[in-house]
Amino acid sequence: MRIDCPFCGSREIVEFSYLGDAGVQRPAPDAGSVFTDYVYLRDNVAGRHREYWYHGSGCHSWLVVERDTRSHEIFSVDYAHRETVR
Amino acid sequence: MSGRRLASGGLINRAAPVRFAFDGRDFAGFAGDTVASALLANGVGLVGRSFKYHRPRGVFSAGPEEPNALVELRNGTRREPNTKATTAELFAGLVARSQNRWPSLAFDVLAINQLASPIFVAGFYYKTFMWPAVLWEKLYEPLIRRAAGLGKASVETDPDSYEKATAFCDVLVIGSGPAGLMAALTAGRAGARVIVAEEDFPLGGRLLAETYEIDGMPGAAWTAGVEAELRALPNVRIMRRTVVFGVYDGGTYGALERVSDHLAVPPPHQPRQRLWKLVAKRTVLAAGAIERPVVFGGNDRPGVMLASAVRSYANRFGVAAGERIAVFTTGDDGWRTAGDLLAQGVTVAAVIDPRTEVAPAVRALAGGAEVYLGAMVRDAHGAHGLRRIDVVRADGSSVSIAADVLAVSGGWNPTASLATHHGARTEWSDTKLAFLPGKTPPGLAVAGAAAGNFTTAEALADGVRLGNEAAVALGFTATSIAAIRTSDESFAVAPLFHVAAARTKAFVDLQNDVTVKDIALAEREGFRSVEHLKRYTTLGMATDQGKTSNVNGLAIMAELTGRSIPETGSTRSRPPHVPVAIGAFAGLHKGLDFKPTRLPASHGWAVARGAVFVETGQWLRAQWYPQPGETDWLTSVTREVKAVRGGAGICDVSTLGKIALEGPDVGAFLDRVYANMFSTLPVGRARYGLMLREDGIVMDDGTTARLADERFVMSTTTINAGKVMQHLEFCHQVLWPELDLDMVSVTEQWAQFAVAGPSSRQLLQTLFGPGVDLSDAAVPYMAARELQLDSIPARLFRLSFSGELAYEIAVPARFGAALAGALVTAGAGLGVVPYGTEALGVMRVEKGHVAGNELNGTSTAGDLGLGRMLSSKKDFIGRTMAARPGLVDPARPALVGLRPVDRAQRLRAGAHFLARDAKAEAANDAGYMTSVVFSPELGHWIGLGLLANGPQRHGEIIRAYDALRGEDIAVEVVPPVHVDPEGVRLRG
Ligand SMILES: [Zn+2]
Repeated sequence: MRIDCPFCGSREIVEFSYLGDAGVQRPAPDAGSVFTDYVYLRDNVAGRHREYWYHGSGCHSWLVVERDTRSHEIFSVDYAHRETVR
Repeated sequence: MSGRRLASGGLINRAAPVRFAFDGRDFAGFAGDTVASALLANGVGLVGRSFKYHRPRGVFSAGPEEPNALVELRNGTRREPNTKATTAELFAGLVARSQNRWPSLAFDVLAINQLASPIFVAGFYYKTFMWPAVLWEKLYEPLIRRAAGLGKASVETDPDSYEKATAFCDVLVIGSGPAGLMAALTAGRAGARVIVAEEDFPLGGRLLAETYEIDGMPGAAWTAGVEAELRALPNVRIMRRTVVFGVYDGGTYGALERVSDHLAVPPPHQPRQRLWKLVAKRTVLAAGAIERPVVFGGNDRPGVMLASAVRSYANRFGVAAGERIAVFTTGDDGWRTAGDLLAQGVTVAAVIDPRTEVAPAVRALAGGAEVYLGAMVRDAHGAHGLRRIDVVRADGSSVSIAADVLAVSGGWNPTASLATHHGARTEWSDTKLAFLPGKTPPGLAVAGAAAGNFTTAEALADGVRLGNEAAVALGFTATSIAAIRTSDESFAVAPLFHVAAARTKAFVDLQNDVTVKDIALAEREGFRSVEHLKRYTTLGMATDQGKTSNVNGLAIMAELTGRSIPETGSTRSRPPHVPVAIGAFAGLHKGLDFKPTRLPASHGWAVARGAVFVETGQWLRAQWYPQPGETDWLTSVTREVKAVRGGAGICDVSTLGKIALEGPDVGAFLDRVYANMFSTLPVGRARYGLMLREDGIVMDDGTTARLADERFVMSTTTINAGKVMQHLEFCHQVLWPELDLDMVSVTEQWAQFAVAGPSSRQLLQTLFGPGVDLSDAAVPYMAARELQLDSIPARLFRLSFSGELAYEIAVPARFGAALAGALVTAGAGLGVVPYGTEALGVMRVEKGHVAGNELNGTSTAGDLGLGRMLSSKKDFIGRTMAARPGLVDPARPALVGLRPVDRAQRLRAGAHFLARDAKAEAANDAGYMTSVVFSPELGHWIGLGLLANGPQRHGEIIRAYDALRGEDIAVEVVPPVHVDPEGVRLRG
């Protein structure tokens, strides 16, 4: 698998590490059980999935990659901070 | 079967004879031979014994599909079993041995397995010998392993090296037959960057093995012309001896280049093999096709060969595979074998074709040889080599024909497995009588015989079309290629997969000895799905992956179940397409090079002082520095600790992670990632910080100093440096991108030394000279200063891990070794010693500081006695979850100090805590000993541990139970700080 890093260009998967679902939002402090869900619960999606990847062996950017978990087809890659601001 | 070298012809170099040995006998071949062609040229027909039944086997094919002719190649450390004689290039001094025979190839005791064949039927390892289990382990399995073998691996260390490399291209062309050559030429002429990967040692594919002409030239000559043009194109790279074995995501292809396998030993500085990642925007798969056999009785006898292989040996290698060669073909293509043999003066015993009619031009290829139309070969006979075949006609009458080779052709199977590596399946074509690629991996198109377009004209046209399509898709301009004249061969073929009338054992999978009867048994027992059939009978599961057996096997299953071939389905092919040595996947990552080794700047200095080293993550750190006369580590470590506590010592602590943070919002950011407060840290001061994970567990600790209003430097533990960096970047980029700061790892930019001991200030004063004020007022405990050492920028922190008056001094990494020397010089009169990680560890345990053993991924701040550090004035990572009832339960194991009641006894890390009278079982487990050291200060062993209700149990006597070492000793629970609990010394 290769990821088209917006800063570095197309790079091999070994340069990146994976974190998981980019759809989760860090809740407000003391949000109770919502916080437990944020830390522990993730959907196991078969299909299109927006997820965090870290270009640790490259520019150190955190990226949001939209990927089909079945085919590894990648539909989009963007900086995570841009996604957060949006 | 008695093959011989033909008087002329072939692409071998008859001027370059090559000596080699097989089973201890010397033979001669020529440069350009494979082991198989050279053996056939020497009349060697019997080359191995089969896997289960130890039946005699000969060369079956002329390529990578070979199921039979597997040999042990080379000697000693380079011995490699299961090498295909059909692809192994001959070199001078080559040594090969047959496999699976004992005591000799001609007389094999275990051939008696044939008599026991009912035991070895399909599913034998599922139902035979299942009970009693003890006999399976002790008796049956060793017996079967000895009987059913695939050669012996060298158990010695592989003396060769392997490499990995990556190459990028616009268009990858897999295969260099007519389709591949034209695809490469069109894309190359258009200007695309092209890589041509060819498994064989010359380019040309089937063109090398056929006699028909292209543009009025023999195939090999035409190939040479195209190759010359490709080589002249700077944008084209030709990779011979390179097999593409897998298609991966993102246009990545795995390929293995056999760099030195055609040589006796690899040349100096060359690897044996090189594993390639080929990254291509477009790919043309032109891997050709593999001829399909027909299954009949005794079809495994040495001398029964693929018709195309017989042609390859005659045309490419100048070898007649036998003296009297019969041809059994279900299509037009097999007749060409008869034609080519007759042209070379080889006797063709008969041509047998189940079709009742063939085109006159095809019929003419048999010349004056006997022709049996509407007939089939029922059985082949001959103990160690083919002697005769039984041919049965449509009316049921039969005739026996003498022959030493039978060339068999049942049509062609496209080599399209690479096209199915992304989960797609091939589709059966009733017109081509073959599985053709359907949906293909992204960017991959299939050309020529691999797509079922078997004629040369079709292959050439496919290559031009797909080469241009690939180039145009990438923005290049299409090139036109003048029409190529080819002889027009026909490929009509009739469906015949096996001869049901066979009277003797008929083999479907030659390598795994799977017979038609095995498939019938699987069908009767309900294993009808192809995936079940495969696993139950092991059909197609040998190292050849069923390249010559899968289609026949499932066609037979289709017939048995009354279904069509598409209804029966096909198994999925997975990478690797051909076996790849583990060594190639490992590449250079073996032994000490398995992972990178990081060396601190003072490494060479420490080596010169005789240090003993220890791996901490990727780092190699000095563990202790033995002095002359010291023979055990404890003596050295104890001396180092005493020297530090009595005077001064220096220790390289550069491996700790260092992260520089700059910007107006660093303080606010640190407040959110550390559990304690940092925005209030004054400039010129450092503070110990505790970092939690979002789930409330402690992640890391270290000190962070504020060097200027908007400039901080953080330290992390050695092990977690990368993890913390990644975490901080996540927090900044994902959680709080609105905070204005930047950060960068500077671990490798600064060399840092701890200078510890009551004389440390004096030492540093000598180093810096009288112009620098190092007094307690100027550099108090937890101060952080930037200053100059000569003209070098330096940082001085007053930090103490040892509990003594201590500092850490940092300089740019290139001055690290010089600083180590300068520190020792400056401390010469103060009894300074270098100390290693062991002494560092002893002093931190004496002081009750937690480290990696206690920060074990399950401990909370409270568990470590650091609960008061969790700020209640702000939010921070982990705050919410750290408040969960389970994480604040006072009964959780928490940090305590431990001493043996009998001071002479040694403590053991990992020992579990039990109440004095508790039974040693898991239910009574009260925690465990995390760290133990011998304390020179106290003169006995001390420990740290995590004990349930620990802080309330100071003074209690409990047991430290070590089941692994059989020790069970009484220990006293004490506060974690064993030495100088008031902290008087570090403020000295
Ligand atoms: Zn990047």
